[in-house]
Amino acid sequence: MNRKFIKGILHRPRWELPQSEVTPEAVFRERRRITAMLGFGSIAASLPGYVQAGIFDLFGEPQALAPTRQLNFTVDQQYQTSETQTPYDKVIRHNNFYEFGTGKQDPFENAQKFKVDPWSLTIDGLVDKPLTLGYDDLYKLLPLEQRTYRLRCVEAWSMVIPWVGFPLAALLKKVGVSSKATHVAFETLFDPEQMPGQRNPLMGGGIHYPYVEGLRLDEATNELTFMAVGLYDKTLSPQSGAPIRLVVPWKYGFKSIKSVVRIRLVDKQPPSSWNQLVPHEYGFYANVNPQVDHPRWSQASERRIAEGGLFNAKRIPTLPFNGYAEQVAAMYQGMDLRKFF
Amino acid sequence: MWRISRRQLFWCKTLLHVAAALPLLWLFLAVNSDAAGGDPVQYIIHFLGKGALNLLLLTLLVSPMARWSKQGMLMQLRRPLGVWVFAYACLHLAAYFSLDLLFAWQLLLQEVVKRPYIVVGASAWLILLSLALTSFKAAQRRMGRHWQQLHYAVYPAVILVVVHYYWSVKSEIIEPSIYIMLALLLLSLRLKPLR
Ligand code: HEM
Repeated sequence: MNRKFIKGILHRPRWELPQSEVTPEAVFRERRRITAMLGFGSIAASLPGYVQAGIFDLFGEPQALAPTRQLNFTVDQQYQTSETQTPYDKVIRHNNFYEFGTGKQDPFENAQKFKVDPWSLTIDGLVDKPLTLGYDDLYKLLPLEQRTYRLRCVEAWSMVIPWVGFPLAALLKKVGVSSKATHVAFETLFDPEQMPGQRNPLMGGGIHYPYVEGLRLDEATNELTFMAVGLYDKTLSPQSGAPIRLVVPWKYGFKSIKSVVRIRLVDKQPPSSWNQLVPHEYGFYANVNPQVDHPRWSQASERRIAEGGLFNAKRIPTLPFNGYAEQVAAMYQGMDLRKFF
Repeated sequence: MWRISRRQLFWCKTLLHVAAALPLLWLFLAVNSDAAGGDPVQYIIHFLGKGALNLLLLTLLVSPMARWSKQGMLMQLRRPLGVWVFAYACLHLAAYFSLDLLFAWQLLLQEVVKRPYIVVGASAWLILLSLALTSFKAAQRRMGRHWQQLHYAVYPAVILVVVHYYWSVKSEIIEPSIYIMLALLLLSLRLKPLR
């Protein structure tokens, strides 16, 4: 399935075939699936074909998705979960990536032309051997493995996502971290021409770009901390942070910075974008914590986005450190997590 | 001077009902045909909230327009518009409760008490509820002078709603700020006749 349906204005020269005649079968099947999943399948199915097609045309023509390709990787049994995975289709169509707009569907709609090759990722700062990786290096430098992590958004929804990539610790080993380093700073690409949210404040949600994030060195080298270059079994789609992004599964999603161009080892706590913008709502740590509410909503439970239609989602209790306490809680011993939220 | 006839007013109202219902049909089709995102819950909540607010601002535009154009008949559009505001607000609330909270009553009660922006939204909704319940001719007759007094509550309601909007967003404050200004503008048009 490589063509998808997205909202937009239909600009079609007259000589082209009507939409219904060129729409690939896969698109139609996908539409039916979603209609069916909402439970309105029988209503929709009873409409004549041209009416169905006409209704879908209302929302624009199918747009080609950014190309992705199959990756080779091993499956890391240690980092899997028995929970139901969030279907690929939902993972790539429900994103927070304000560089491409603040609506949840905006990144899917606005990011498909995003260019990821060539890419350049620099790892420098307090390191022995600074390193710059090009696009191909991202997939070759280190062996790729697949891990399935829970992703908990600060907005109280969550997903279960199989990522492909390598531990950040392995990458840091390659450059050799200086003993003076205490923190790691990350930075997203700044390219207003490609990222409408960076040039239009109405779309960018008031963030000061480029988006930056940071971790303590022990957090960065924790076994769970992961650099993802793939999602399910393919390379990342742009809206998921292509070509390379951080995944820190015990922290709220905004810590897992996307489309990273720079990783710098530093000797003090680096700035992080949401903390800079609203310091009393988003802390530097941002560990998932059901006991510490966001000032404007509860973090005690989450809406798990899994298979099925609108009413099939479930509210489940949120776990401390998003269920990864065993691997990470020791790092925060003795810290007041209400203060360091 | 030319006046809007009964017949024209009837068509105005019909048009209004169609125009207010169409976005709901659009939303239904968008969600069904996959154009509202992979997980359209927030999209639906926002769409309905914004719809309610837009209609509320339109309602407040009626009397300035009627006065300015000297078409008193237009004032009759306030009732159907107001009822549509209430309908959208109810759907907004229902979407939040059913799709986001997934019918967790306890959470609803907790959140409504604890979260300032929800408290503000809920207060606005209660005002709209009392206005909708007394929007019938019979209620209007029975309440006499008190009816007008009660219905002035639409002014605090619109303030509550724009504050609710401003407070609900994570960082995208430009649009809610514009709405706050529109609301203040519409209210300021009323300062004169009160004197
Ligand atoms: C008990 C009553 C209400 C509840 C529980 C409620 C709940 C909510 C929630 C959960 C959001 C979305 C916050 C988010 O993005 O996460 C929201 C946004 C909003 N609500 Fe309400 N609301 C209520 C009443 C109202 C009323 C009466 C109106 C208007 C007449 C209204 C208009 C809006 C608007 C305009 C938004 C912003 C939509 C956007 O961001 O595009 N709400 N409300």
